[in-house]
Amino acid sequence: MKAMVCVKRVVDYNVRIQVKPDESGVVTEGVKMSMNPFDEIAVEEALRLKEAGKIDEIIAVTIGPQQAQEQLRTALAMGADRAILVQTDEAVQPLTAARVFAELAGKEEPGVVLMGKQAIDDDQGQTGQMTAALWQRPQATFASKVEIEGESAKVTREIDAGLETIEVDLPAVITTDLRLNEPRYVKLPDIMKAKKKTIDNTTVEELGVEAAKPLKVTRTAPPPARQGGKKVESVQELVSELKNKGLI
Amino acid sequence: MEYDAVIVGAGPAGLATAIRLKQLNSDTEVCVIEKASEVGAQILAGAVIEPEPLDELLPGWRDNPPNMCVPAGKDEFLFLGKSGATRMPLPPQMHNRGNFIVSLGAVCKWLAPQAEELGVEIYPGFAAADTLFDDDGNVAGVRIGDMGVARDGSEKSGYTPGVDIRAKVTVFAEGCRGSLTKQLIRRYELDEGKSPQTYGIGFKELWQVPDGRTETGRITHTIGWPVDRRTYGGGFVYHYDDNRVAVGYVVGLDYEDPNLFPFELFQQFKHHPQIKRLLEGGKILSSGARAIVEGGWQAMPTMEMPGALMVGDCGGTLNVPKIKGTHTAMRSGMIAAEHLAGDELSPRGYDAKLRASAVGRELYQVRNIRPGFHKGLWRGLINAAVETVTGGRLPRTLETRADWSSLQKVGEYPAPERDFYQRDLPPKDRLQSVYFAATEHDEDQPVHLKVADTDICVSRCREEYNNPCTRFCPANVYEMVEDEQGLRLQINAANCVHCKTCDIKDPYEIITWVTPEGGSGPNYQNL
Repeated sequence: MKAMVCVKRVVDYNVRIQVKPDESGVVTEGVKMSMNPFDEIAVEEALRLKEAGKIDEIIAVTIGPQQAQEQLRTALAMGADRAILVQTDEAVQPLTAARVFAELAGKEEPGVVLMGKQAIDDDQGQTGQMTAALWQRPQATFASKVEIEGESAKVTREIDAGLETIEVDLPAVITTDLRLNEPRYVKLPDIMKAKKKTIDNTTVEELGVEAAKPLKVTRTAPPPARQGGKKVESVQELVSELKNKGLI
Repeated sequence: MEYDAVIVGAGPAGLATAIRLKQLNSDTEVCVIEKASEVGAQILAGAVIEPEPLDELLPGWRDNPPNMCVPAGKDEFLFLGKSGATRMPLPPQMHNRGNFIVSLGAVCKWLAPQAEELGVEIYPGFAAADTLFDDDGNVAGVRIGDMGVARDGSEKSGYTPGVDIRAKVTVFAEGCRGSLTKQLIRRYELDEGKSPQTYGIGFKELWQVPDGRTETGRITHTIGWPVDRRTYGGGFVYHYDDNRVAVGYVVGLDYEDPNLFPFELFQQFKHHPQIKRLLEGGKILSSGARAIVEGGWQAMPTMEMPGALMVGDCGGTLNVPKIKGTHTAMRSGMIAAEHLAGDELSPRGYDAKLRASAVGRELYQVRNIRPGFHKGLWRGLINAAVETVTGGRLPRTLETRADWSSLQKVGEYPAPERDFYQRDLPPKDRLQSVYFAATEHDEDQPVHLKVADTDICVSRCREEYNNPCTRFCPANVYEMVEDEQGLRLQINAANCVHCKTCDIKDPYEIITWVTPEGGSGPNYQNL
């Protein structure tokens, strides 16, 4: 059984995000990019499933510019077997991504498609669900535990009320949550080996996928600056301050 | 893993070495390792650079320049009082016609893929933690630090031991006060007969300022306020395009006042009316700090040792009067590569070639200028004028002294009238500043700042020097805290921006900076 892992190139989580002076978006020039951390968890889970003998091949997939190869190389260095770059220089919306992944899933016929529950750049959290719908297969989202047994997967999901365990028939889409695992460190010799692994290049057009109509970004603004806090001397003062503000 | 050459550090010197090695012989297997999470993320420089080495290394680079690269425009040199500024004649070393204002981080980020195209393998995120030696005592490569070690030294679940990278020649390009270079200089006594190396601490912030204030290419250097006359220090303002300016301040680490607070001096400099009117209402994009090497010709150690050599600032190739080290760092790398390629990768003879080269000549000529400032600002300036007019031909070489030894004891240094402003520009304090450095260390890893004897901190140091580490560190790593166990030193290692100042300036020489887990540390953007 194959696993297809979808990864996204995003601005690194350590970067202090800055809005462009003309408010047309965020600054990406000279900014460190890396693999979406939730997707890294998806890659790690695929590796663990492979090490447990549940699957035998891991294909890493991304949609993005030529440089998104770097993220595929990271996945290959972690242990993925091969990779596919669907190249585009346009901003990719969840629906476009889902169409591409569903198309690739149709071609590669994986037993499981893994991806992060959301990407940390736009935080939309839709791609996994839409991929499952378009591929017409079950979905198990926000996974914090994945057990594959035969033709089905038992998945523990993180939901608002706590944990929910469901069973889905495979093939299925599983989106990964933070507590599922802790991704491994990449070893230097593995990065070298990863350079020899294949990355197939294709494009959204070559796959015959119609890109979703682009959303128009009207304005990007930083969150309002936090007002400075205030120290109060006593409980009474705290209570009266809160009352003044109409909070209690 | 085995290579022909392993280069430690992907700064301008290391990358120039790598590129030149490949250009001269594409069969040479070259590997560059870099402790930062990506190339350029821990590079901090002014920076106005001389482009000649780039022209030689990558002809045609001007058609495909890095980000944040603008031709140098108008130069000015100001002497500051607290509110006034007097225009000074521009020393010849400080003319910048034909030079470029760059972000050195962006330059390195731009050089790396060009090196990779030539076949150089570059591995960011891996720190060289140790040097490997063969049975004959020659350097044989480096050992990468382990990943996944807990704070107490135990192995975490993801523990990954570091690998050994062996090579016929190891090129150290660690930058100022390299942690391995420091050990090797001792081991092979490379500083024998040399003057002690000296340093400065440099701060820099990149600002986005309101429309209409910048003049792309403009270069301002200042001396005078806010340092007192006995302390060496100066500021700079460089104007990029798109309303961006770099503002920075350097303080010589030979300062004597135990209560000096370099970070505060930088912040005060920003509040001088000349500078403040430029910044007010703008915002900080990025900030950081880094030690710079100032010892010059007489402090440059022997740059070769069995199996290895040094290039760039870990050997101290910076030209202080020019306030530039990039061109000499790159050129030292190119000279090293040419030497290695011509002599079956043997480092022997490189040191002599470097000293006889344009780099050596340049450093020799200006060797007496920086040490002249030990006697204060005015005598330093007069000495600099004499040395400049004579082109360094006077038959003398001024001695330097080690920075750790220069502090006077509390009460001995006449407290200068600082006359500081009430500050209102960001950042408020060092913790806010560290935020803009985007520094990151996994908290659960061994502390990478080794203090040999913390008893000294609470006893002797408190009394003699009032714990200067709590002030010279630009990232507030060192704090003296008092709790139930009494007074003790607290090391906030996760804040560290890898500037190395503590390793240099601590008056008892008990602080040692070692590499943290690879990929840790600041993530500078366009510094």
